[in-house]
Amino acid sequence: MSEPMTLERLRPTIPYQAAALAVTVMLASAALSFAERHTRGPIEQAIAEDTRRSLGEVLPQGSYDNDPGSDRLDARDGNVPVVVHIARKAGVPTAVVLETAAKGYSGEIGLVVGIDREGRVTGVRITRHTETPGLGDKVEVAKSEWVHDFAGRDLSNPAPAKWAVKKDGGVFDQFAGATITPRAVVGAVKRSLELYRREHEAWFARRDAP
Amino acid sequence: MSRYRQIVKDGLWDNNMVSGQLLAMCPAMAVTATATNGLGMGLASTVVLVAANILVSSIRHLVPSAVRIPIFIVLIATLVTLVDMALNAWLHDLYKVLGLFIALIVVNCGILGRSESFASKSTVAESTVDGLAMGLGFTFALIAIGGVRELLGSGSLFAQAHLLLGPAFAFLEMKFFDGGALLMILPPGGFIVLGFLLAAKRVWESRRSARASVTQATSAA
Ligand SMILES: Cc1cc2nc3c(=O)[nH]c(=O)nc-3n(C[C@H](O)[C@H](O)[C@H](O)COP(=O)(O)O)c2cc1C
Repeated sequence: MSEPMTLERLRPTIPYQAAALAVTVMLASAALSFAERHTRGPIEQAIAEDTRRSLGEVLPQGSYDNDPGSDRLDARDGNVPVVVHIARKAGVPTAVVLETAAKGYSGEIGLVVGIDREGRVTGVRITRHTETPGLGDKVEVAKSEWVHDFAGRDLSNPAPAKWAVKKDGGVFDQFAGATITPRAVVGAVKRSLELYRREHEAWFARRDAP
Repeated sequence: MSRYRQIVKDGLWDNNMVSGQLLAMCPAMAVTATATNGLGMGLASTVVLVAANILVSSIRHLVPSAVRIPIFIVLIATLVTLVDMALNAWLHDLYKVLGLFIALIVVNCGILGRSESFASKSTVAESTVDGLAMGLGFTFALIAIGGVRELLGSGSLFAQAHLLLGPAFAFLEMKFFDGGALLMILPPGGFIVLGFLLAAKRVWESRRSARASVTQATSAA
């Protein structure tokens, strides 16, 4: 009974209040950094797994006989790091898959963009995002057909100026009440095609002659 | 025991997070375009509510009232982040369906509201019950709003429930007609439906209390 009495007297004092805040924040930081350290590995592994699965979905079946998941090199698009996966058949590159990211409504959207040798999109999948359910999450293939609209397009179909959502004068649908998310994804796919056009020869040369 | 009954009744109905306290409007309006999303948001919030209430009530004697709000905010934000990281790391498939809701819970003032107005003044057992009742009441309210919006806006009910609950729950998914009123899917639709639901609750309650007073009057006479 004596302890609550002491507490009662201590609680209104400024040093106690400052200490309470400091201890709370310290414990919270410790818990977070502990958890971060222990979850980072499994999270990265789970995302890598998701990405690997998506790679198969954006490449035409039978267009490769290697493992594009491990046939990879690092590139940069401005300040966005891009991982380039190369699909080959009998050693000859047939397509690439770019693992890239865009800034959505709330946080980063990770996506993979499959591009064949002619610079045509073979498929797009969102691998991770934190957009609002019911608004921005229609970019997920599980929730809407929207992402299929990219397949078969290239930088001349539509013309570069039309590579945008309809609200911005382009050809791609936005969602009811959510323009920011689809705008971000359309932009990322367009930038991927441009990156491919600029750099694919260097990518293929780099790996063709190991 | 009647104390617990009161807590449960408060959470589910009288003091319901949405229809009684009008808290947590931001996540409520943002995700209730479908009943399924309302359910997902509600369930994820319930877990965090219970955990936050337990945490806050168990340290309530240590927390000085002058700095209680920042302390609660730090605790709740930490808790939500820990749940987010743990699910992402070890229950990744569940995370893919619930993760989106968890990110939104950080902005749920309803959780802070319970810490402040209930858990900081109650025992751990009472706070656990309160978190559960408040969370389930929140879930029911979100399903109600989401159900009406989805029905009028998309002509369906519980669309994509199998993504949230597993293939066994695909039977919940109903489709009545195509198209629908776009307004209902947009945020204003959320407020319109909420308004009508609040009005309906008022009408129902005032009818009931009118009937109760009539019964009282006749039995007294
Ligand atoms: C809580 C909340 C969550 C939202 N989430 C998204 C989202 O995930 N994706 C999105 O594109 N817009 C989202 N919006 C809507 C945007 O703020 C914006 O109004 C919408 O994208 C329309 O943009 P526009 O005015 O450029 O057409 C959200 C709004 C609120 C209030």
